Amino acid sequence: MAQVSKTTNRNGEPIEMLLNMGPQHPSTHGVFRMVLWVDGEKIVDVEPHIGYLHRGSEKLCEGEQYNQVITLFDRMDYIANFNNEQIYCRAVEKLMGLEVSERSEYIRVILCELNRIASHMLFIATMGLDAGAMTPSMFCFRGRERIQGLFEAVSGARMMHNYFRFGGLKEDVPDDFVPQVRELLELVKADTDESDKLLSFNEIFLARLKGIAVMTAEDAIDYGLTGPCLRASGVDYDVRKAAPYSVYDRLDFDVPIGLDGDCWDRYYLRVQEIYQSIRIVEQALDQLPEGSVESSLGRRLLRPPAGEVYVRAENPRGEIGVYLISDGSDKPYRVKVRPPSFCNLSALKHMLKDCWIADCVVILGALDIVLGEVDR
Amino acid sequence: MAEQEENHEAPAEPIKDAPPEPIMDAPAKPAAAGHGHADDGPPADPLAALTPAGRELLDVSLEVLKEFDPQAGALDDIPQVSVAKQNTRQVCQLIKDDPRIAAKMLLCMSCVDYSEYFEMVYVFQSLEPERTFALRTNVPYSDAIVPSVTAVWRAADWYEREAHDLFGVSFDGHPDLSPLLLYEGFEGYPGRKEFPFNEYEEF
Repeated sequence: MAQVSKTTNRNGEPIEMLLNMGPQHPSTHGVFRMVLWVDGEKIVDVEPHIGYLHRGSEKLCEGEQYNQVITLFDRMDYIANFNNEQIYCRAVEKLMGLEVSERSEYIRVILCELNRIASHMLFIATMGLDAGAMTPSMFCFRGRERIQGLFEAVSGARMMHNYFRFGGLKEDVPDDFVPQVRELLELVKADTDESDKLLSFNEIFLARLKGIAVMTAEDAIDYGLTGPCLRASGVDYDVRKAAPYSVYDRLDFDVPIGLDGDCWDRYYLRVQEIYQSIRIVEQALDQLPEGSVESSLGRRLLRPPAGEVYVRAENPRGEIGVYLISDGSDKPYRVKVRPPSFCNLSALKHMLKDCWIADCVVILGALDIVLGEVDR
Repeated sequence: MAEQEENHEAPAEPIKDAPPEPIMDAPAKPAAAGHGHADDGPPADPLAALTPAGRELLDVSLEVLKEFDPQAGALDDIPQVSVAKQNTRQVCQLIKDDPRIAAKMLLCMSCVDYSEYFEMVYVFQSLEPERTFALRTNVPYSDAIVPSVTAVWRAADWYEREAHDLFGVSFDGHPDLSPLLLYEGFEGYPGRKEFPFNEYEEF
């Protein structure tokens, strides 16, 4: 099935060994398959196969009413639901010129940042597992579970929240939301400290990740890498800073930048980002205004005016973009998503070249892909 | 749960804003917004949403690309030019290499089906200074071949394969247009408007 290109090994002999990884493989983080051309233990070429999870989300969006599409966005990057809901809501709000109340903006940012933390915790857990460390995953999952618990208290669902609405939120947060989040942040910080101490500078972990799959800044930009993968290569680019949206311009945070662009940098950046996200949430809690979160739209059928918008946001995995076209009817004419994992994964071919087979799992792990978003 | 939620919202009261809509501008054809000229022009200035910096970038890009007969436009607040499709390859090279635009990163490449023609929309990002820029080109159904820009940005590789899969647009010069999201042997182009939502053959 794979298109075998005639590659030859360093002695000029044709490659005879093909190694198939996936689609059912614990370290592919979903249903992802790659065919490796190997010369001994060295990877000569790789052919990634995606699409096992292709549900045609973009096409499905065209058949749903605007407010129903939120649920489809929930299911794209299913580790970062709130972030996905936010970008879609922003796209429609921009299309309609809709004002969002201050309070909803702040709650959105708080939830998105918590979701970023949850997503990065899952990443640390799986990164540890990929490199053979079992224990940190337990700590991280415990921390993530706490955040999920809060999400459940807020939206009624651990995942697939469907909580954001155009111009507001479904309902206001519970009364004890602020103290609950503050308490949560303390615990999350402790959890992160714990797994950070266990894992980050562990000698075996360092040996497995340091200097692996180095991406130069130039290559990273050329491949369209975004998010931690791009910043690991030393490029200071974060949409929250470059084109501030929501209330990010009122919050003070740093964007961690990597030095070497290797797998360890990609890992460690995310650990640092957790601390930054905690900072953001703390400030947002301090500034959280009173007010209504009710959307001014009410519950009528939406018909945004004909037009088109392209909005961008920083997801845990990188920059997400939504290109939304309206023809004035009650359904979007076209929704194109620029999923961060999709572009990050397309660089895999480049990263894996001339690596050892044993490194292949950590390289893929450090990209932190979500196949629901890659395949859509 | 989700269903309940939707039921809540679905039986919406008689649509309040239905009447004003058609009067305002409900063209039978969806907004092919960018092409700032020939369209019937009630929505005044298509460039209205641009920031001063955006306008400046637009002027610069018109100057840079002047030999390709670019048409100015705006994708909401993103400055945009439209060019003929056979020029996209050279135009993209210029957009990337010319220091006045220097869009080193290809953010998004989107194919839109307008039932008689496709539109390819490219969104670029230059990092220093941070600016976004869009390029648009029309692709007729009868001649759905676009020059590939994989040689300019390697990020274009999967985008082009995706567009080839879902819309049947071909990319001249692409190294390998094998199916990316669909399985081999899938018939039809599921991204197109004509593709049915339900009545297709499942794998």
